[in-house]
Amino acid sequence: MSAIEVIEIKKCFGDFCAVNGLSFTVQEGEIFGLLGPNGAGKSTLIRMLTTLLPPTSGTARINGFDVIKQANKVRSTIGVIPQAMTSDLDLTAAENMSIFAKLYKVPKEKRSRVIPELLKAVDLWSWADKPVKNFSGGMRRRLEIARGLVHEPRIFFLDEPTTGLDPVSRVSVWEMLAKLKKERDLTILATTHYMDEADKLCDRIAIVDHGDLVALDSPLKLKTSIPGNNILEVSFSAVPEGWAETLRNLPEVQEVKADDRVFRIGSDNGPKTTAELIEKAREAGVEIVSLSVQSTTLDDVFMHYTGRQLRDALQDALGFDPQFMHARR
Amino acid sequence: MYRTSAIIERDLRKFMRSPTLILVSMFFPLVQLVVLGYAFGGKIKDLRVAVVDQDRGIETVRLREMFNAIANNARTFTTIPYNDEEVALTDLRNGRINAVLEIPPNFSRDVMARVNPEVALIEDNTDTFAASAMEGIMTSLLASFGLSNRASRVSSQPTLRVVELYPYVPYIQYLLAGSIVLAIFVSAMIGGGIIFIDDKARGLHEGYLVTPITKLELILGFTLSGAIKAFLAGMVLTTLGAIIAGIPNPLDPVRYLHLFILNIVTSLALISMMFMLMVRINDPLVPRAIFGVLNTLLFFPSGAVYPVYGFPAWMKAISAVDPFTYAVHAFKVLLLKNAPLSAVSFDLAYLICFSVLMMTLATVLFKRSL
Repeated sequence: MSAIEVIEIKKCFGDFCAVNGLSFTVQEGEIFGLLGPNGAGKSTLIRMLTTLLPPTSGTARINGFDVIKQANKVRSTIGVIPQAMTSDLDLTAAENMSIFAKLYKVPKEKRSRVIPELLKAVDLWSWADKPVKNFSGGMRRRLEIARGLVHEPRIFFLDEPTTGLDPVSRVSVWEMLAKLKKERDLTILATTHYMDEADKLCDRIAIVDHGDLVALDSPLKLKTSIPGNNILEVSFSAVPEGWAETLRNLPEVQEVKADDRVFRIGSDNGPKTTAELIEKAREAGVEIVSLSVQSTTLDDVFMHYTGRQLRDALQDALGFDPQFMHARR
Repeated sequence: MYRTSAIIERDLRKFMRSPTLILVSMFFPLVQLVVLGYAFGGKIKDLRVAVVDQDRGIETVRLREMFNAIANNARTFTTIPYNDEEVALTDLRNGRINAVLEIPPNFSRDVMARVNPEVALIEDNTDTFAASAMEGIMTSLLASFGLSNRASRVSSQPTLRVVELYPYVPYIQYLLAGSIVLAIFVSAMIGGGIIFIDDKARGLHEGYLVTPITKLELILGFTLSGAIKAFLAGMVLTTLGAIIAGIPNPLDPVRYLHLFILNIVTSLALISMMFMLMVRINDPLVPRAIFGVLNTLLFFPSGAVYPVYGFPAWMKAISAVDPFTYAVHAFKVLLLKNAPLSAVSFDLAYLICFSVLMMTLATVLFKRSL
């Protein structure tokens, strides 16, 4: 049985549809990443899966329970970490854990076993009796991860768990998640817009853009699904007519995309194509302003499937009216 | 109730760790009671009255002796002799004195002859409280003056003897009932309004909504935790306020028990009303913006500061549905009359029905999703 089964799920706010009939499944024990820029529909999707938002149409089954018809059963079997940090700052870490354990009706004996266990697992045991207002952002996020597991769910939803954290805290949070997943046999569905995190930690990734599922596979397969093992990004001072075609005829080149005088070249052999490119430019008298060669990343995957880079998409999203952004989530 | 108790525990732990909040919700209404109670409740004293005596007869001397008696005892006013009426009027206009009492040249003769003797009181009526107090004391003083001049031992003139059922009630005691309800309301406004919406805006409610807690458990939790805080504020004011205001035997156990029950019922009524009003609000500015209006709309029509009998019809209509009215009435009956609980049974019944209605509406309106 799939841990999560999403069936043609759709959410519209008036005329605007934030999620356009997505379908996918998440297998038990997977870390599944939902990747996309702000406003892509990730949070709306996760809110529907965690019963916070009713879908406009379609449905999803979590642990075999329908999110619309069996919402309370779904809530009992999942752990959720919302995007906002929702721990009570005036309460201690242990008190925050205890209150949530009671909300899930965790018996007293189990509470007294699970709370120390989880606080130790997220390296906060020595901070158990300290008020959360004294915690750093990374510590608060770790506490929330522990809090979300206090009733020992089998499926864990995290909505952008590392947003707003510094790089060190981000690494620490993901390492914590990987460790918890292994120890507790969890299925994790997390949204993020950090490609590198998703690449390293997710078993499978769904790329979402404008409410649509544009690609879904393991990070490795996604990267091999686009032409070329390497990406050359090269800019020229000026280029002659038909220059893109010239580049396309270089050895091992699979794909060429041009944006004014900047070219992205997908190649199966980066070093060989680079050497040929330099030679060709010299012969044609074309000056190379900059050149970089890198292995294919998920950002390249995102660009291949959406036609734009994730960082641009993020900037586009940030340019929106914040109220609209809120609605889109 | 297990989940409801978790919501209550969280709220109370937060409350107990916020001394500022405790101070604002419990002790500020006490300050208000003392300041308002003494500001409005004190007797007017030491008004300055110019006496222009154009008679200087034997009856005038007797009248002036009566003035001196007032100046030395009740101290409502002191007299200052003026020879020139014009100077006295100028000083009255300039605010140096509060009134001019003019005794005409033939006053003593008219008194003796019983031909309608008159004195004139020229007052600064821009200060209605002082003018009214002055008029009152002068009227009763002249009535006494007239009675003492009547020779007959058996009078045919009917007189009114007033019997007061309860000891004298100073204004601070009159205001105490309203202040207790106001303390409960302030606490309900902070807990049920401002903190509730702030928590919602910070996403704390999202944390609750992903748990299997039901709508009713959630609303009950919010309501009961808010009611406990409001009740504590009410009891602090009931206890300290009664002592400060000088309520006779303020800690009488039977009355204290009745007040305890009334505090619980009032707290539940006001907090459930607040949740009903706030249940669909998301903007943290809204409760802050409506705080003043709501306070005015509920507090003043309740009879807390002025009797309901004096209100226009539209204000009486507000008063009839306002939960403050019933709470204030019940507190007044218990505090000022030390009446049994049965005397406030209608007020209690209204407040309980009001709470049930508000909680039902709040639960129906509450959205279990975002």
